[in-house]
Amino acid sequence: MKYWQGIFFMVCLCLGHSLHAQTITICPSCETKSIKEGVEIAVDYDTLLIKAGTYKEFNIHIDKPLTLIGQNLPIIDGEDKGEIITVTADGVILDGLKIINVGTSYTKDHAAIRMIKNKNFEIRNVVLEKLFFGIYLEKASHGKIINNKIKGDAVDEFGSGNGIHLWYAKNIEIIGNEIRNVRDGIYFEFADNCTVKNNHSHNNVRYGLHFMFSNHDVYENNVFENNGAGVAVMFSKFIDMRHNIFRENWGTASYGLLLKEINDAEIIGNTFEENTIGISIEGTNRIAYNKNNFIGNGWALRVRGAIYGNTFTNNNFLYNSFDLSYNSNLNDNVFDKNYWSEYTGYDLDKDGIGDVPYRPVKLFSYIVNRTPETIILLRSLFMDIIDFSEKVSPVFTPDNLLDANPLMKKAGSKEPQLAVKSK
Amino acid sequence: MFKILKYSFYDLIRSRWSYVYFLFYLALGFVLLFLNNDVSKAVITLMNIIIVLVPLIGTIFGVMYFYNSKEFTELLLAQPVKRSSIFLGQYLGVAGSLTLSLVLGLGIPFVLYGLFRSDAIFDFSLLLVTGAFLTMIFTALSFNIALSNENKIKGFGYAVLLWLFLAVIYDGLFLMSLIVFEEYPLDTFSLVATMFNPIDLSRTLILLKLDISALLGYTGAVFKQFFGTNQGFLVSMLMLVLWTVLPIWRLIHKSKQKDF
Amino acid sequence: MIVIQKLHKKFGKNEVLTGLDLNIEMGGIFAVLGPNGSGKTTLIKGILGMVVPNKGNISIDGHSIKNKWKYREGINYLPQIANFPGNLKVKELIRMIKDLRQKPSDEEELITLFGLEPFLNKKLATLSGGTKQKVNIVLSFMFDNPLIILDEPTSGLDPMAMIRLKELIQKEKKKGKTILLTSHIMQFVEEIADEIVYLLEGRIYFKGTIPALKKLTGQTTVERAIAAITTTPANV
Repeated sequence: MKYWQGIFFMVCLCLGHSLHAQTITICPSCETKSIKEGVEIAVDYDTLLIKAGTYKEFNIHIDKPLTLIGQNLPIIDGEDKGEIITVTADGVILDGLKIINVGTSYTKDHAAIRMIKNKNFEIRNVVLEKLFFGIYLEKASHGKIINNKIKGDAVDEFGSGNGIHLWYAKNIEIIGNEIRNVRDGIYFEFADNCTVKNNHSHNNVRYGLHFMFSNHDVYENNVFENNGAGVAVMFSKFIDMRHNIFRENWGTASYGLLLKEINDAEIIGNTFEENTIGISIEGTNRIAYNKNNFIGNGWALRVRGAIYGNTFTNNNFLYNSFDLSYNSNLNDNVFDKNYWSEYTGYDLDKDGIGDVPYRPVKLFSYIVNRTPETIILLRSLFMDIIDFSEKVSPVFTPDNLLDANPLMKKAGSKEPQLAVKSK
Repeated sequence: MFKILKYSFYDLIRSRWSYVYFLFYLALGFVLLFLNNDVSKAVITLMNIIIVLVPLIGTIFGVMYFYNSKEFTELLLAQPVKRSSIFLGQYLGVAGSLTLSLVLGLGIPFVLYGLFRSDAIFDFSLLLVTGAFLTMIFTALSFNIALSNENKIKGFGYAVLLWLFLAVIYDGLFLMSLIVFEEYPLDTFSLVATMFNPIDLSRTLILLKLDISALLGYTGAVFKQFFGTNQGFLVSMLMLVLWTVLPIWRLIHKSKQKDF
Repeated sequence: MIVIQKLHKKFGKNEVLTGLDLNIEMGGIFAVLGPNGSGKTTLIKGILGMVVPNKGNISIDGHSIKNKWKYREGINYLPQIANFPGNLKVKELIRMIKDLRQKPSDEEELITLFGLEPFLNKKLATLSGGTKQKVNIVLSFMFDNPLIILDEPTSGLDPMAMIRLKELIQKEKKKGKTILLTSHIMQFVEEIADEIVYLLEGRIYFKGTIPALKKLTGQTTVERAIAAITTTPANV
């Protein structure tokens, strides 16, 4: 009996070693009771199968290519003592873990999961709660972050960290995550060639998604709602923004999308709905705005500072309090073939294009820029009269700022994507 | 009182003007919805109409009815009926029939269009509620004017002036004072100034629904507290009620002292 | 009994009643006479509560009428100018007043008496002055009340209707009612009034029976007596 057991063990060991796939099971009543222990005894390419239970551990350092799979969502409780999992090896997979109680520190950015200078990793189906930083990529590349749920309990910008934080990262895919109640849902700093897709980032204290000095990134089909502000793209180039929904980002300095010092980006097919400001634009050059829907925002577009070479075509501007406001010159930008719900012109030749141009800047928006309290007179008869007289004979608004070909019907074959309200 | 109300109401229901008013709103509702095919846009257009036209019609109708029913009033005064009942009954008759025309005239096309399946229903109901309030307020104000002015032409003039003042001139002065004193913190002032004009008040109430995203763009803490919480809605509603009750109270008070 | 004490009423700067005192016993026909603007209508409207006096007191059967309305249930009133809501039909008007008063009434008899049947379904705005006055009379006699106040009941009436009216007044008097009326037609007053109250400049110049008036002034007709009274000193 004992003899056979010995043989079996030897065979397994040999097979395991030669196929790089030994499985080590970890559970509170198993031989291996902690993850740290498991990592220690594992060799390269082993799988650690972690069964349901609570593991009070922190500072788990994974320095060899391992796969950690949680069964029925085991909980790793860091008990607020510091960082929980740190990975320095390539090819690590983390799957199905629940990590809670990351220690908050004002000197160190403790994370639930930190990747350092590694590549080819994958983090999936992980649930992070009561965290400081969630997933922190430090000079990592070629990784995937898929279907994770990150829920913080941030109340202000200071004592909180970001959900997914990228610092000097390259070629990362972030797909299908839900991130809420952290500082920035997703934060990019010097992160290039990354893709952000199908994520839902909401109720975050600062931004839903935040780009700093990052180039050649794509984000599409994400939903950003109820954040301090939706998405901030700053000092970055060649960012593709497609089919995202920016919704209900309300507040004094709040917006769906902030563009600051951005060049050569494309913003296509996005929906901006009920934000205080749809897009806040500062110092951007050569950006194409195409087929976006601006619905019921306070300001659809608010421009601060000079911008050059931007084109706005085939967008729908629907029931915004103001379609456009700006505080310096808006030369060298083109508005063409947009649909404006406030357009009152006619189309005698029936070509679908209004015969008189539309002026998106109202006199009232100047007045509000100057004296913000006047916002309370929005939609009053007096203001309508003033706006009308300005429209008939422009004095304050520049002659050349207009859409010469306003559409008579909403742009795009599809109806704007009006997702169901989730209040 | 209810008897007077009944007779005033019947009298008005039979008069041509109630129908004109009703048909006007009916036509407006249908045109807005079926030519436009867009509930949200229709609600915005309606709001502009409601805060301008409803007060005007309430004012003119109120003055007109008061002067035209002078005989009726005198007949009633010799009957064993309380004075306040006579005026309150007549007032409620006018305000009631106007409100009914408004609610039915706009409500029918919207219901036919499928309002109940649209999420604009709250905006729309709010619109009707404010419309009803404005009707009550301006009818009461115009009754007050008519009661204090024997001269029909004068009364009419004052009533139209009142409307013009509250609908346009007030906001003009308001805007100018905001611009002149722009260095000072003005949010409390502007909210208070809004409270003193029922038209502005109703507009604010509707803005809370339609343009909340823009209103929250302003930095002042008082604004934030007002617009960002339910406080704005509650305070505005309370003020509207006050605006309705005060002219009615004055109407009753004045009517007790008047000779006929 | 109607007791009026020190009644003052001003309309703007125009003092209409200046400390008027008057007692009217129940039963009989009282005519209030006086030139235009002497305060006849004001006095009547004061009793009805339509005019609010500046000073003084009016009480009926010992109860002050100030800010009261219930006592009007016992008063029938015929206003001087018959202004009715033009939109209503005669029938509807009568029904409405009945509805407001909630008292038994005998309008049928009166309608026949004044020949108003053809007009019942007409709107009041389309009626002639005389017909309106007949409607007015019907409204003020159809209820059985102890006090009847008639302000210029004869205006616009044809001779036939006038006779009917006189008969009506006499009939009511026989029932022991008090009738208070004003009129410009002295012949009418002479025929029916038991007692005369003469008002001038807001005060009572004379109060008494017709024979007493004639005796006082030494005239043979009321018309002349009235003309004469203004030249002789007051005798109250």
